[in-house]
Amino acid sequence: MSILVLADLHEGALAGATAHVVAAAKAIGGDIDVLVAGEGVQAAGEAAAKLEGVSRVRVADNAVYAYQLAEPMGALLVELAEGYTHVLASASTTGKNVLPRLAALKDVSQLSEVIGVESADTFLRPIYAGNAIATVKSDDALKVMTIRASAFDAVSNEGSATIEAVDTVIENAQSQFVKEELAQSDRPELGGAKVVISGGRGMGNGENFKLLEGIADKLGAAVGASRAAVDAGFVPNDMQVGQTGKIVAPDLYIAVGISGAIQHLAGMKDSKVIVAINKDDEAPIFQVADYGLVGDLFEILPELESKL
Amino acid sequence: MKVLVAVKRVIDYNVKIRVKADHSDVDLTNVKMAMNPFCEIAVEEAVRLKEKGVATEVVAVTIGPKASQEQLRTALALGADRAIQIETDERVESLAVAKLLAKVVEEEQPGLVILGKQAIDTDNNQTGQMLAALTNLPQATFASEVAVQGDKVNVTREVDGGLQTVALTLPAIVTTDLRLNEPRYAKLPDIMKAKKKPLEVKTPADYGVEVASRVSLLKVESPAERKGGIKVASVDELVDKLKNEAKVL
Repeated sequence: MSILVLADLHEGALAGATAHVVAAAKAIGGDIDVLVAGEGVQAAGEAAAKLEGVSRVRVADNAVYAYQLAEPMGALLVELAEGYTHVLASASTTGKNVLPRLAALKDVSQLSEVIGVESADTFLRPIYAGNAIATVKSDDALKVMTIRASAFDAVSNEGSATIEAVDTVIENAQSQFVKEELAQSDRPELGGAKVVISGGRGMGNGENFKLLEGIADKLGAAVGASRAAVDAGFVPNDMQVGQTGKIVAPDLYIAVGISGAIQHLAGMKDSKVIVAINKDDEAPIFQVADYGLVGDLFEILPELESKL
Repeated sequence: MKVLVAVKRVIDYNVKIRVKADHSDVDLTNVKMAMNPFCEIAVEEAVRLKEKGVATEVVAVTIGPKASQEQLRTALALGADRAIQIETDERVESLAVAKLLAKVVEEEQPGLVILGKQAIDTDNNQTGQMLAALTNLPQATFASEVAVQGDKVNVTREVDGGLQTVALTLPAIVTTDLRLNEPRYAKLPDIMKAKKKPLEVKTPADYGVEVASRVSLLKVESPAERKGGIKVASVDELVDKLKNEAKVL
């Protein structure tokens, strides 16, 4: 078995999800290579070389791979996939954007959001927003898979892989990067945080999310939101936890003013401990919460912050 | 410019699903079906492009059993001009769907193809990207804004870190995210009119595409149920439980 992992990048640096995808590759077993493709990504390549279990890091550092646009990235993967039995990427917006192109051009199926490895060709994946878990077996010679990072524990940083440059350059005239507006935050990223505190429609407005931020800073937590809060314009889309937002599984998840729609539960119900704070004691969120506190969040949140 | 929209018939998003007793699949007998919510957003976007005078014709296409004509009629009631059903009772995977759509793109030569980013049954999130690769057209997935300007389309995408805008040379493939638009409801007169709009029925064989699946579904199970815990009476009790019982603080 020989596995290629496409590294996830965040503003040119290695994203935390990559260590989880390498863990999934280890569960499959075999030689593991990591591909780091982007512009100015030497440091990301060095970080990937430290991931335990990786034997070789291949670095494609060229302006054509800047922002990891789908067209050149897909074509690069098609060139490099030769000889591998599996190509894996995190089920991030980049992995989801790029990997199906590789699968289609190699004429193989893709397995999306894999959460468990049974064997080298049999995997578990959620369907119907996580309301059913499918065991699927792929008969394709090349397995192309996106991995749900939160379902695998990250590998350590004690590895020492060799690093080699990839010279392949894919010209791309079809698509062009225009701009990006990325959230700036000193808090941990949602996907990798040990503690997440999320607000819903009950927060009332975006300004009130400050009440969550104070607690987040004390706990070293990331701040999330329900779809209702994002749709209402309280906070930006990158904070959404749920079926179509980010899937998280922290040690502690605190849901504040969130009723607990299936859509939201799909994104957080694998958290180890769930706390729900809501004024409606009939809210469905209490059916999945380990600890529920019924009351006015505008009184509870300042008190909680002062007692942590 | 012609706009092609792909739609899928799926279980209604309000229905609580049940796994079959023999664990072979999810039970779909006598369950309410509907158009996939992301496909509704795709149809709405295409219709708005027509209303703005950017699109001249909107063609809706689906791949599925005879009953999926209902979803095409919905698309026609929402404003699509004509529809194509590629009829099959097989469980068609994303790759085969993309191959069929690629044939339709070759035949219809649309300036823009709009699809939902994923179907809420299989949650694959693959078809649009595969179609783009097979047709060698540029793609913009997870769109929250689509602006056609001359021979280009600027698409704002919802990505993990925030928003990204890309410019694609037309023809291009776009997949929709939740916040692209809010789909309208079909009005009764439009539903009546939709019954008379043209709906062409084809088969995968007409396009020479093999739809047999390459991934076997071995087993479908319900996820481990999470049990509700306890209600605490105060913030003090909550902090105490988190520190001393759950040991997460």
